[in-house]
Amino acid sequence: MITHAIFFYIFSFIAIVSAIMLTVSKNTVHSVFFLILDFISISCLFIMIGAEFLGMIMLIVYVGAVAVLFLFVVMMLNVAQQKNEWFSARKSNSHIPIGLLVSLIVFFELIIVIGGWKYKTNIQDSISLNISSELSNTHSLGNVIYTDYILLFQLSGMILLVAMIGAIVLTFRHRSGLKRQSYIKQISRDRAEGVELVEVESNKGVKIDV
Amino acid sequence: MFSIGLGHYLTLAAIIFTIGVAGIFLNRKNIIVILMSIELILLAVNINLVSFSIFINDISGQIFTLFILTVAAAEAAIGLAIIVVYYRNSGTISVEEIDKLKG
Repeated sequence: MITHAIFFYIFSFIAIVSAIMLTVSKNTVHSVFFLILDFISISCLFIMIGAEFLGMIMLIVYVGAVAVLFLFVVMMLNVAQQKNEWFSARKSNSHIPIGLLVSLIVFFELIIVIGGWKYKTNIQDSISLNISSELSNTHSLGNVIYTDYILLFQLSGMILLVAMIGAIVLTFRHRSGLKRQSYIKQISRDRAEGVELVEVESNKGVKIDV
Repeated sequence: MFSIGLGHYLTLAAIIFTIGVAGIFLNRKNIIVILMSIELILLAVNINLVSFSIFINDISGQIFTLFILTVAAAEAAIGLAIIVVYYRNSGTISVEEIDKLKG
């Protein structure tokens, strides 16, 4: 129990500090690094309380894919180093106290909700998918995802497909001066436009214009 | 203090959520950091769902987390693609200078 508490405090301290560093650090690359640290410590927490599959998936998806995507974009756009802080505006900085005030109010509202909250008395009756203690976490998730939630699972695959196509369509561009292979042009050529018979005068040659 | 319950996890999620919201509010320079703050907010939601799922012994919260993870990955990809296109067209992604719609 006490080790659980110690590790909880260690991981959550790292997560909170890295979240703060993400928002205040001047360099975008450092922000991405702190995002990675945040995801790793939260996935450690997930593994610790018994959601191993989700912790591992968080590592793979967020650290392996999303954070690397962020790093690539920062690298390509060349916006890593900024002259001053993120939150200093050009004209006036009046948004800083108001923004801090509103986010503090949000935080206290959340804390009030958490503090004054109770389970309803018949919560055990409304649970439909009990976690069995014999199966592993991955096994029991798989039992449910591929049966009860199969349509939603397929739908999330469709969402990923649409996101992939959308990202490709958004960033794809035709450059004007570039020579490209066009299959439809190649296969719709016929003899009339492909071949030309020229009477060549001797010692003059043929002028070719491309 | 030393028995970690649901409240501890919910408080952690509330703190991370607030840091994400403050990051969006305060940021005036870099839109990529705003996208990362949105990821933080989604992470806080995931912490809530997973801890509820564990503490009331019902697995559907973890399935919801899986779907949120999918949507968050798709959202990050599309958002970064939009940022790349915007940078290519206007040469800046500073939040202050994205004011074309103001007219």
